[in-house]
Amino acid sequence: MTQALHKSTHAPQGGITLASAMPWIISTVVLLVIPFVFTSNSAITIMNQMAITIIFALAYNMLLGQGGMLSFGHAVYMGVGGFMCVHVMNYVEDYSLPLPLPLLPVFGGLFGLGLATIVGSFSTRKAGTVFAMISLGVGELIAACSVIIVVFFGGEEGVSGDRTYGLPFFGVEFLHQIEVYYLIVFWLILSALLMYLFSRTPVGRMANAVRDNPERAEFLGYSARWVRFFSFCASGFFCGVAGGLFAINYEILTEENLNLVQSGSILLITFLGGVGFFFGPIIGAIVFTLLSTVLSLQTELWQLYVGALFLATVMYFPGGLAGVIMMHWPAFRLGNARMLVLPYIKTFIPCLIGILGTAALIEMIFHLRHGAVGDEEMTLFWTTFNVHAVLPWLIAIAITGAAFWLTRRNIPEVVDAWHRANSLPGAAT
Amino acid sequence: MSAAAALQLEGLRKSFGKTEIIRGVDLSIAKGERHAVIGPNGAGKSTLFNLITGRFPPTGGKVRLHGQDLAGLAPFQINRMGLSRSFQITNIFPKMSVFENVRCSLLWAKGYRYSFWNMVSKSRDLTQAADAILEQINLTERRELPAGVLSYAEQRALEIGITMAGGADVIMLDEPTAGMSHSETDYIVDLIRQVTENKTLIMVEHDMGVVFGLADRISVLVYGEIVATGRPEEVRANPKVQEAYLGAALEAEH
Repeated sequence: MTQALHKSTHAPQGGITLASAMPWIISTVVLLVIPFVFTSNSAITIMNQMAITIIFALAYNMLLGQGGMLSFGHAVYMGVGGFMCVHVMNYVEDYSLPLPLPLLPVFGGLFGLGLATIVGSFSTRKAGTVFAMISLGVGELIAACSVIIVVFFGGEEGVSGDRTYGLPFFGVEFLHQIEVYYLIVFWLILSALLMYLFSRTPVGRMANAVRDNPERAEFLGYSARWVRFFSFCASGFFCGVAGGLFAINYEILTEENLNLVQSGSILLITFLGGVGFFFGPIIGAIVFTLLSTVLSLQTELWQLYVGALFLATVMYFPGGLAGVIMMHWPAFRLGNARMLVLPYIKTFIPCLIGILGTAALIEMIFHLRHGAVGDEEMTLFWTTFNVHAVLPWLIAIAITGAAFWLTRRNIPEVVDAWHRANSLPGAAT
Repeated sequence: MSAAAALQLEGLRKSFGKTEIIRGVDLSIAKGERHAVIGPNGAGKSTLFNLITGRFPPTGGKVRLHGQDLAGLAPFQINRMGLSRSFQITNIFPKMSVFENVRCSLLWAKGYRYSFWNMVSKSRDLTQAADAILEQINLTERRELPAGVLSYAEQRALEIGITMAGGADVIMLDEPTAGMSHSETDYIVDLIRQVTENKTLIMVEHDMGVVFGLADRISVLVYGEIVATGRPEEVRANPKVQEAYLGAALEAEH
């Protein structure tokens, strides 16, 4: 799916082809069907969060990946859009206005757009460090406002609303998570499609040009500043939409939706997924949401692992997870992808065991140091053992060591297979 | 000094701190003329280019494009008035495809401006125009490659293509053949001759073969002043030029 999506960006010309529409059709079908596969309430809660994060990450990547602008305070556009939506929700309830809930994110979008227009008017003058610092400053400023302008931000407890206000929308009252899920999915598909189309417009194309070489873009008749400004405003709009959906889903917004932690994690998500491809942030949002929900139930140290994953991505795969996937495209096109399967299995399974072994050792150390007095038993990978005994340590160290030794031994094979898979038949490389 | 001059410089000056780099340049370039600016290293040729195209503000004097004063205008505004330039250091969009590079350079001229309601890939006109330019600069086969992976000469050709694409009638090329082999130079010179047909060309160049082969008129810039302007044979015969420029070149060779 992802590969076809990338290919469509190179489709030579003309209207919509089946190949370029396919990823969208498949994603839509998957999104519609998936609640029947994962039916539990908690799964739907996770998927709601995932979908909102995807919109936010895609909007963020309009700046980072496509426009070359690194923003350190982007949570405020989503947050402020969300706050606005909660207020609209309450206002509509108080005055019984006929505003159906599914239209609410539009207000979030417009408010995000408005704020982005104001901030963008001075922050997009320069890219690079200047832009990053201004975005950081503005982000901090607005986050600080949350305890000052209590009437809008609700102080420390935030503002809350009730999404079941007013009349049912075609008989749907949005009482259940699943109803909210389909509302969010509708906005997810619409926003993703609009953001994708935006990247195909003249201003979207010039955003890439300005990212690569602002000076050259100026000598083509485009003001780099205006191009940045338009990208910034569009990004603000979709962040606001994500904020509106957040308001509908959680019915509460607090200072946490504005602060730097939130801004930092969206940068992390986008980078993890890969800034170079349109679908990169989608992968990032899915992986990150899964890690932060599922992994956090398993271990207190989940942030350590997410941090390590992020670090490894930045250092070894600057193209992110999407970059790793697209790296295999040439081999796939040459019909050589099969050559890679066996070496991958032989190397990455030991590697995975090694990583899990390392994680087990970290967990054991953590339990040894921080476990309650007398609580010497711990359960790891469905095995319960005494962490103060020597044997579990020996086993863990031995497995980890052996796994990494095996990985190391097999790496040349992967490298070799990689070269063979990526060379044309008969080429002497 | 006719009113129809494509580009006119009047007493142009530029200082960086106390150092005066351009010391009063007067120059008039007629429409359709191919004009070369030559001079020894550090004479201020590139600075002169940057002053004309609005990259730096001048300390004094005026630049007129088709009679209009360019003072205070940003590069993108100057470009929209019909002046386009290339750079001494290759200046393209390395991560975008070759085709994408050319298409971006067409957008403004084709009237797309900052629109976000048009799909660029749907415009047949745009695609055809971009492909025509690729054909002209001989890069059709490289269409889908990222521009950054092209060979040096190909990148220079692409840069000339980008410079030309917007349909500007005054073209400025900063050392288009710098660092090229003989065959590559011939290729670029042919290309320049072909694409600047009926346009005004101003170029800075070190390769005397290129200069004397292409230019209708030559100006010699030495330490921020023009010491001679004229037809190639006049400039070659000018004793001041021989002393200041060719002499220096000879010295450098020995």
